[in-house]
Amino acid sequence: MTRSPAPGPAGLTRPGLLWALPATAFFAAFALVPLALVAVLSFTTWNGVGAPRAAGLTNWTALLHDPVMLKSLWLSALLTLLGVLLQTPISLLLGVWAAGHQRNRAILSAIYFVPLLLSATAVSVLWRALLDPNFGLPAQAPWLFGDGNLLGSRDGAIGVLAFVGAWQWTPLHTLIYQGSARAVPPVLYQAAAIDGAGRARQFWHVTLPQLRTTMVTSTVLMVVGGLTTFDTVLILTQGGPGTETTISAYYMYQQGFKNFDFGGASAIALVLVLVATVVSLAMVRLSGYDAMRAGAEGI
Amino acid sequence: MARHRTRGPVRPNYLAGLGSLVWLGVVGLPLYVLLITTLRTQSDYSTNGPLTFPKRLTLGNYADALSNGFGQDLVNTCTVTVSVVALVLLLVPPLAYTIVRSRRRSVRTVFRVFLLGLAVPAQAVIVPMFYLISKAGLYDDLTGVVLPTAAFSLPICTLILTGAMRDITPELYEAMAVDGASPWRVFWQLVLPLSKGGLSTIVVFASLQAWNGFLFPLVLTQSDSTKVITLGLYSFQTEHGVDAPGLLSAVVLSMLPVLGVYLFARRALVQGLMGVGGK
Repeated sequence: MTRSPAPGPAGLTRPGLLWALPATAFFAAFALVPLALVAVLSFTTWNGVGAPRAAGLTNWTALLHDPVMLKSLWLSALLTLLGVLLQTPISLLLGVWAAGHQRNRAILSAIYFVPLLLSATAVSVLWRALLDPNFGLPAQAPWLFGDGNLLGSRDGAIGVLAFVGAWQWTPLHTLIYQGSARAVPPVLYQAAAIDGAGRARQFWHVTLPQLRTTMVTSTVLMVVGGLTTFDTVLILTQGGPGTETTISAYYMYQQGFKNFDFGGASAIALVLVLVATVVSLAMVRLSGYDAMRAGAEGI
Repeated sequence: MARHRTRGPVRPNYLAGLGSLVWLGVVGLPLYVLLITTLRTQSDYSTNGPLTFPKRLTLGNYADALSNGFGQDLVNTCTVTVSVVALVLLLVPPLAYTIVRSRRRSVRTVFRVFLLGLAVPAQAVIVPMFYLISKAGLYDDLTGVVLPTAAFSLPICTLILTGAMRDITPELYEAMAVDGASPWRVFWQLVLPLSKGGLSTIVVFASLQAWNGFLFPLVLTQSDSTKVITLGLYSFQTEHGVDAPGLLSAVVLSMLPVLGVYLFARRALVQGLMGVGGK
């Protein structure tokens, strides 16, 4: 091991660069090199066998004139937005409520938590079985599901994707809000109560302002998770009906691994990287590093 | 930690209670159907539907699932998970230690690169990953799944562990320096023992990533012998989607280990899920 050149007081030695080398090299090989390669491949034609051939701007011009691409970005944004609108109020209220300390709340919290233990794949498979028009819930509760074939219509499919995402991720956000709600100093509530504020006003004027940073963190996670949704689309809708639920990540997979146009898929991937990076940087600006701490929700 | 403890008894909050019961239905009903479906026969499911209570409970679906290849899938998933965790434990602690203790500019740059890595979605690199792994002759080999899965857990694990290591007070380092300890000894005798919380968080996080990983196995493997459990669920669903009892048994099997961790190490699991360092 190298010794640091400038020992501090009392011969304090610090770890040298060698210590950071293995992890950095590994990360470079399996994350940074592929990232650079995606840019290179987006200027080639490659069908997955043989060698990629230079193709200039072909993929990019094709992508610019591709109506599905623009729509897929819009769909990704729409699903992300629906996720935020659906999950924020539910998880906020549940989290604040679960922060209380009664026995039944602890038991309920434990049950609420279970969807988080399932992988996104398992959740999608479960809902696919539950929503089967012939054997699932719609067959037993037609009053709730209309004609039962939810995944056959555009609005139904988008609704299902948003709902399944919320079903899986609400517990995580509930946990986050619960943690912060517990950290609100009780003295604030006591002061509000002395001023004669009821429960609703305490929530509005004490709890909510105290949870502002948490809300940013939670929203960041929802956005990152929304942009990286993939399993649910692949299993529940395959991007259908038609291309009505073809979000960008799924479109890229389809172009590459189904239509064997890996050059075009790389171009879409690069757009994805740019969007994700811009969004993440904007979020960090808004909220500081803390919000990035759990940014791997959807990976 | 009491919330709004006003003087006198707290009025029960009926509205919130009602809302929480509604959500209990939204969460609990699908879970009930999941469990009860795995305990009924295929014919019972198709005639009586998912909501009724079965006439006869059976464990046959689980036995079938295990002999249908899901057993092998679980073994493969375990292999991937253990390897990913081993890699993460080998790579992240020295890196985090350097980030916390080194004063070099270059180390700060390295840390920034890892932070930027947080923003890169795994989907973005599957095409070049497929290219590189094929070139390296690792296509359809579990090693080819382990390497990228571990790489994509590194940024968040580094962030968690540096957070935990920053909490070690400088006096302790100075005390060890007075004894003339080398960085190696400081790392081994001071840093690692004092960042146990952070270490357990990254172990849980990396195992969850590996256990639930779907995308890398999907594009980097193809045979039955290298299938992991998530992929097993997906292919079973596309081939025998009508066999809901069989399929959902595999869903339950895939979550059992995670449930076990949840029951016995709840705190570590929650922190691993939230990716928030051992606070």
